[in-house]
Amino acid sequence: MGSRASTLLRDEEIEEIKKETGFSHSQITRLYSRFTSLDKGENGTLSREDFQRIPELAINPLGDRIINAFFPEGEDQVNFRGFMRTLAHFRPIEDNEKSKDQNGPEPLNSRSNKLHFAFRLYDLDKDDKISREELLQVLRMMVGVNISDEQLGSIADRTIQEADQDGDSAISFTEFVKVLEKVDVEQKMSIRFLH
Amino acid sequence: MEGLLSVILGLLSLWFTLAFLMIVLPSIFGLSLGISELYIKILVKTLEWATLRIQKGIREKRAEVQKIPSSNVIIQRDHTTMEEAIAGLRRGDFELSDAFYYCKKGLEAIVEDEVTQRFTSEELVSWNLLTRTNINFHYISLRLTVVWVIGVFVRYCLLLPLRVTLATIGILSMIVGTTLVGKLPNSETKNWLSDLVHLTCSRILVRALSGTIYYHNKQNKPQKGGICVANHTSPIDVIILTNDGCYAMVGQAHGGLMGVIQRATVKACPHVWFERSEMKDRHLVTKRLREHVADKNKLPILIFPEGTCINNTSVMMFKKGSFEIGGTIYPVAIKYDPQFGDAFWNSSKYGIVSYLLRIMTSWAIVCNVWYLPPVTREEGEDAVHFANRVKSAIARQGGLTELSWDGGLKRAKVKDTYKQEEQKNYSMMIIGNGSSARGSVAAD
Repeated sequence: MGSRASTLLRDEEIEEIKKETGFSHSQITRLYSRFTSLDKGENGTLSREDFQRIPELAINPLGDRIINAFFPEGEDQVNFRGFMRTLAHFRPIEDNEKSKDQNGPEPLNSRSNKLHFAFRLYDLDKDDKISREELLQVLRMMVGVNISDEQLGSIADRTIQEADQDGDSAISFTEFVKVLEKVDVEQKMSIRFLH
Repeated sequence: MEGLLSVILGLLSLWFTLAFLMIVLPSIFGLSLGISELYIKILVKTLEWATLRIQKGIREKRAEVQKIPSSNVIIQRDHTTMEEAIAGLRRGDFELSDAFYYCKKGLEAIVEDEVTQRFTSEELVSWNLLTRTNINFHYISLRLTVVWVIGVFVRYCLLLPLRVTLATIGILSMIVGTTLVGKLPNSETKNWLSDLVHLTCSRILVRALSGTIYYHNKQNKPQKGGICVANHTSPIDVIILTNDGCYAMVGQAHGGLMGVIQRATVKACPHVWFERSEMKDRHLVTKRLREHVADKNKLPILIFPEGTCINNTSVMMFKKGSFEIGGTIYPVAIKYDPQFGDAFWNSSKYGIVSYLLRIMTSWAIVCNVWYLPPVTREEGEDAVHFANRVKSAIARQGGLTELSWDGGLKRAKVKDTYKQEEQKNYSMMIIGNGSSARGSVAAD
């Protein structure tokens, strides 16, 4: 029963996570139990393999990129805090959060942060630009072997052409936001967490 | 010193005599003294009382804070299909927002997925007074703690020794009995004796688990020359089913204690044990099973087509092999009551011995067994479809969730073909029928 001690979450930690992510107390404890069940190494952190063991994620064409989003630059382990921080991007935007004071730090689940999350899936080298090459990589992941290089190339060219405003043949975050102006990001990038 | 020794010996023999008279003897004749029924009744009352206390305690203690996490459901999943989510009104063409769909899907799977949680123990609605399930249930009241302490005493000091004794008697008589019967020449008498040994021993073993089993629709019981397929939670499924009739078992040859039992029983009864290497040879397996089924005098075969233990909340993919053999299939649904003890064998976490110890220190094993009407493969139906049809019937009857995932994912990685399937669907959507790029009409 020694392992039980490590499966408990301290109240202070819960409070801190609550403040940072906006998740409720019971959501945090439930997600913690999910976290520990994914943690096969039982060392309080998740590795890429722990994520890859989820079959539904393994068959997701963008699965690898999504997993990447959990790992800070150069690290191959993520702790519960980091796990929650990433998940928090997918909390729905609640009404009382919309009217919150504008001076505080922007909540992780804001429209802009949700878009940033998606942007980083494309922007592999983190230079705040989606290059043609980066776009092609993501496209290839999504379509597999079913579309020819030529066709995919023309899709990439068209996409960049439509988004590019400053003529650098790449998509900056501002341009990315502009293109997705009319998209219901709140709905498409939110998960319905139960209370 | 000698006095002490004789006292111990005396006690031991008294213990075994009692165990023999009260349990083994009734087992041979399939009788019940009604003790376990009484025990279960008391248990149900106690657990009901405990649930009430816990609910009350929680309401008093932290009325304003959250409710107990009554289930492990964290999110409400979005079941919008890719076509609906991405396509919307448009047809064809890639858009940057298409990645959102996969993002959301992926994150949902990380928070809660259909597969991996089936390989861990089911979460309970209310604490059943076992220490190991106490993660979500903290100190409530003195009275509850006293009851829990009494429970620990009863389970570890009274039930455990009794159950271990019974399990030892059961397993030993199984090995000795079948070996002896195996020496006889093949005849009606041999089959009859073999059935008797199997039945008696499994009855003893069920009592060793304080098993209370409710069999439904006995008129559909598997007949000779048929194949019985059931959902799989634990190795004790076998004992649960054998308790009500004999089967020829099919499975992998094991080592250790299981191996000894397997080698002994196969002498008396035509079980089919495969070596691990043979198991891969599908044709060989099918051929041996066909031969068995062709002989109408042989016991029905018992197969668990999921191929691995699932935590009894769902039924996973049925491997098609058992459905290619032909003959009549007798589906059986087994559903354990998790309140009294967790029957699921998490084989990647616990060995068989520690699993059995956990079971024997639980309250009891209570389960329902439903015999479903026999089915046969329809004209022109392929094995996969047939397997799915049987799976659905079992899931519906047992109140289990039906999943199309392969239980083999417990150990193996998911096949790339599933991802390729996703990619293909997406490609179809953005380039239509696959012949030309932009402007083509997407075929539905």
